[in-house]
Amino acid sequence: MKLDKQLLLDMYGRMLRIRKFELKVEELHLRGILPGLKHLYIGEEAVAVGVTFNLREDDYIGSTHRGHGHLIAKGGDVKIIMAELYGKKTGYCKGKGGSMHIADINIGILGANGIVAANIPIVGGAALSAKLRGTDQVAVSFFGDGGANEGMFHEGVNLASVWKLPAIFICENNQYAISTSQSKATAIPNIADRAKSYGIPGFTVDGMDVLAVYEITGEAVARAREGKGPTLVECKTYRFKGHYVGEGSRELSYRSREELKKCQEKCPIQKFKWTLTKEGILTEGLAEKINRQIDKELEEAIKFAEESPYPSPEDALEDLFFEEET
Amino acid sequence: MREITYAEAAIEAIGEEMEKDDKIFYMGEDVGRFGGSYGTTKGLWERFGDDRVKDTPMSEAAIVGYGLGAAITGMRPVVEIMFVDLLCLAMDQIVNQVAKIHYMFGGKAKVPLVIRVPFGGLRRAAGQHSQHLEAWFLHTPGLKIVVPSDPYHVKGLLKTAIRENNPVMCLEHILLYQIRGGVPEGDYTLPIGKAQIKREGKDVTVVSYSLMLHRCLSVAEKLHKQGIEVEVIDLGSLHPLDMETVVASVKKTNRVAIVHQACLTGGVGAEVGIRITEAAFDYLDAPVKRIAARDVPVPFSPVLEDFVVPTEERIEGEIKGML
Ligand SMILES: Cc1ncc(C[n+]2csc(CCOP(=O)(O)OP(=O)(O)O)c2C)c(N)n1
Ligand SMILES: [Mg+2]
Repeated sequence: MKLDKQLLLDMYGRMLRIRKFELKVEELHLRGILPGLKHLYIGEEAVAVGVTFNLREDDYIGSTHRGHGHLIAKGGDVKIIMAELYGKKTGYCKGKGGSMHIADINIGILGANGIVAANIPIVGGAALSAKLRGTDQVAVSFFGDGGANEGMFHEGVNLASVWKLPAIFICENNQYAISTSQSKATAIPNIADRAKSYGIPGFTVDGMDVLAVYEITGEAVARAREGKGPTLVECKTYRFKGHYVGEGSRELSYRSREELKKCQEKCPIQKFKWTLTKEGILTEGLAEKINRQIDKELEEAIKFAEESPYPSPEDALEDLFFEEET
Repeated sequence: MREITYAEAAIEAIGEEMEKDDKIFYMGEDVGRFGGSYGTTKGLWERFGDDRVKDTPMSEAAIVGYGLGAAITGMRPVVEIMFVDLLCLAMDQIVNQVAKIHYMFGGKAKVPLVIRVPFGGLRRAAGQHSQHLEAWFLHTPGLKIVVPSDPYHVKGLLKTAIRENNPVMCLEHILLYQIRGGVPEGDYTLPIGKAQIKREGKDVTVVSYSLMLHRCLSVAEKLHKQGIEVEVIDLGSLHPLDMETVVASVKKTNRVAIVHQACLTGGVGAEVGIRITEAAFDYLDAPVKRIAARDVPVPFSPVLEDFVVPTEERIEGEIKGML
């Protein structure tokens, strides 16, 4: 695949932005500044970036409890995401949703979701809507290896297949659902093999390789846009941090330090950096510039979030129903 | 008496029952070696192994359905759903199957099934991880529901639940797991459907359960210093409801408030309130009061959630307004 240099650098920058954002979130949470539950995307950046770089702004994604990476990859504004994590009025959900519910309908982000696998049928519905409205938009569902064992996965994928909907189902197989390893929860090694039973194409790809993800999902997106129906893509990846921020050493009850270390060595960002450097696309100087640019952006995001007002308590009563403007 | 945490007391109940009866097994998500997301099963897998403490895939409908199937064929399962919000994925099994099988089969099948459900807001976990859905299950004939508020009760009630030949849901507020309290060593049981008078008073009765009970007790102490004596009742079970204890108290104090963390409309307070009016209308010197969460999904931001859920200040103010 011959790709435009700027596109490759943008991919690299986007992955790094996700990584650095998540590291900030972790730090702010552990310092007691951010309330609530947060699930970090660290280690899985190549999946969100590889997939969303095939999408247009008007395409849809449905995200998960581990959603920050998807949102940033699809073009979510880190300032407004950060403000939401702080519980501020200026956040994407005006402080009502927090980490697990961030949405930006204007750029096709149909929301992070606290209920595992729940976005699968919702994304199916968005794909149906695109088809009924006669557009060539596509809809992408992200879900985990754990989510693939919920009934909603089966119902959602089956219907998309029967109705030939422009949907792409991205299984982020990071090998664990909290403490439960994939091998304890499914008797087949590759979740993509299930595609056969729905009569759709299924692919398993190295989710630590952003270009591999980009290429395979590019084909899936093209098929969807041409009206040829959905695809199931399984990206084998790994979560570098605990299931949620604050899990601490409990993760050692289900995975060993050796396993963690071995998998962390396959860092998707490092790997991509090497590739780009080897190809002469990325220089140390350019890498440093991208790095500084992201640091500045994140500093500004935190400043924006900190200086933003909290909602007033009574705001809790607003937004239950859409009110027609009078 | 020695003091242990709520989580430890629950585990002790399950462990002791499992030692005695090999028909009992436990299943749910991450309940094995991991010990449960909030430590709800810590140490059980080490004692009883994979066959009796089973990690399931993420499949809530299957967890409850498998529990039911095993229960009607000779086993005595205890199943766990990680949050009450996730019970929504198992609603068919609970509402159409578990609750009705005994009745629809004309009494021909026993359902010795315990469904353990951590739940509860004030953890800044927003709309899908903070709900209080207990009233739905109250509205489903065929389910017994316990809501233990302290370590002593969770141990005694869980033991009774496990020995019951009917489905029992045990709703455990996540913020109670780390509270400590006196718990006897060894075997004892507490009856399902029996409320407790936690504090005696003559001026007003406050009925509550689970986490909010603790807020009510703290408010009662504050009001005592202001010369107001609040009688505080812990319902302990939501089905059956111990109206006898509640009504006797209301007949004494002539005023009653029901306090819960679930939202107001269609909540437990409505049911308890109407039963009080039916049984003791002539004794009431003030309308029955409900103090509950506001009728919106639970919001994330602490400022918003604290406005939605009854605070001690709000409970105190509302009670004073009744006198
Ligand atoms: C339907 C449902 N069941 C259980 C949970 C609790 N829970 C949250 S995340 C999670 C594990 C999800 O695993 P996976 O789908 O593999 O995603 P990952 O966390 O690995 O990204 C569980 C069990 C939930 N939120 N929703
Ligand atoms: Mg996973």
